[in-house]
Amino acid sequence: MIRFLVRRLGHGLVVLLLVSTVTFAIMMAAPGGPSLLADPKLSTAERAAIEERLGLDKPGSVQYVRWLSRAVRGDFGSSFLYQTSSLATIGTRLPPTLLLAGTALLLTIGIGIPLGMAAAARPRSLLDRLVTTTSGVALAVPVFWSGLMLILVFAVWARVLPAGGAVTEGESLGVIDRVRHLLLPALVLASAGCAEVIRYTRSAARTTLALPFMQNARARGLSARRILWRHGLRHALLSVVSVIGLQLPRLVGGAAITETVFSWPGMGRLGVEAALGRDYPLVMAVTLIVSAGVVVASIIADVIQMVMDPRLRHA
Amino acid sequence: MLIVLAVVGPALYRVSPNTMDLSMVGIGPTTTHPLGTDESGRDVLARLLAGGRVSLTVGLLAMVLAVGLGTTIGSIAGFAGGWVDTLLMRLTDAALAVPALFVVILVLTFLGPSVVTLLCAIGATSWMGVARVVRGELCVLRQQPFVEAAQALGTPQLAIMLRHMLPSIVPTVLVAATVGVPSAILTESALSFLGLGVQPPAASWGNMLSGAQTYLTSSPALALYPGLLILLTVLSVNALGEALRQARS
Repeated sequence: MIRFLVRRLGHGLVVLLLVSTVTFAIMMAAPGGPSLLADPKLSTAERAAIEERLGLDKPGSVQYVRWLSRAVRGDFGSSFLYQTSSLATIGTRLPPTLLLAGTALLLTIGIGIPLGMAAAARPRSLLDRLVTTTSGVALAVPVFWSGLMLILVFAVWARVLPAGGAVTEGESLGVIDRVRHLLLPALVLASAGCAEVIRYTRSAARTTLALPFMQNARARGLSARRILWRHGLRHALLSVVSVIGLQLPRLVGGAAITETVFSWPGMGRLGVEAALGRDYPLVMAVTLIVSAGVVVASIIADVIQMVMDPRLRHA
Repeated sequence: MLIVLAVVGPALYRVSPNTMDLSMVGIGPTTTHPLGTDESGRDVLARLLAGGRVSLTVGLLAMVLAVGLGTTIGSIAGFAGGWVDTLLMRLTDAALAVPALFVVILVLTFLGPSVVTLLCAIGATSWMGVARVVRGELCVLRQQPFVEAAQALGTPQLAIMLRHMLPSIVPTVLVAATVGVPSAILTESALSFLGLGVQPPAASWGNMLSGAQTYLTSSPALALYPGLLILLTVLSVNALGEALRQARS
């Protein structure tokens, strides 16, 4: 177990190193440099002064090594756009994203697994067909479009929910206000992942239900409900956990779009803004922290899987 | 059906998608403009058709690229085995762990958004699934009698690979490709929506939506059509993939 964790952490670090190298290389290859150098009013001397102050006059490899050694110590430099430390900027944007992505993940699991199980219990029933069709559609809908449509229906026409933001400006309405703002974006973000979890749970549960130990349970006279939700669920969950782990990178990508649609003050939107503004330090910091989050989360998914499945522990 | 529309549509429906007519801004359906006009007086139907061309082209080409990359990496790994296999599969795992959309956004902002960079970026971040499937197939194939027979006859390794093994994985790759096209189309539209994909005034379903977002209250229909078309396209490609898979088994 410990050895597995150490190995997994090692892999994670290599992934992060790769990500940082590739991102850095892309930025180096970009024509034009950071946005503040794009100002045509700058004289050549002023430009050179700025480049020297920011260390942009050194070769790429030197810049990369210097950036990396600082990043390891938690110093991501200061943002070009916001004039504050990148880490502090991210600090204010991280909690809303965690709230949004966390809620979406809970919804995904909380809705996806029960529906998938219920669909598997009675193949070809009305419920099964309904669930399968709906999840097929949910997988095909672009998230930003379903977001727009929900805004249209609930915020513009029915006026029951706010169209964007995380809290109502200037008022402190407490928890209910937050939940009202969270509802639509979390639903949108959860939809595609939820559909996928439903599909995997359904097929995993159907495979499980055909296994010998399930027949044994039936032969022992256990109730159909107990067989499905206690014996079947446990076994089917094993493969579902790995699917959820694999979804995390996409959840993060979806968060960037969802946050833009709902003007949610989170990391995803910050990343998009920073990229559009060519804010090098901020882009690097956001990409790396997001990737680190995904890596850590997938390690957690692996550990959960090992705890659940004794067979994996000795592999 | 949708492909046919996007291909022949612009020829049949001769209204320029980019002509602005400021006297006819944001009107509803009329005889000259069957689906009305957008915020700059451009014909919505013509833009939908033109946008469909872009979206389908990007989706298909990005997938061709991804399948090419995936098949190459997968077959090298599956055929060579040993440390090459381990190295390439670790690389695949690493690529899977990265939030692909972020990387694509990064590439597009720093290298400049254009259709070519767009499809290269999408292709370069979606080859992993194909690579895994191809490698898996090849690992099984390598044990097959006909491959062993070829080896016993002294056929060069490369010839075994190209003549005997690659043809047998074509169906699998085709199925993997149909799975990938919808996701490429979705990614393209998402990026164009964020303003990083196809640049206005050229139409794409994604950037039509981002334009429509501003006028959501006054003309919701503008936001409705492109989204519905994306949905229909993805659904029909999915149905095609499903049919292909069932035809195989």
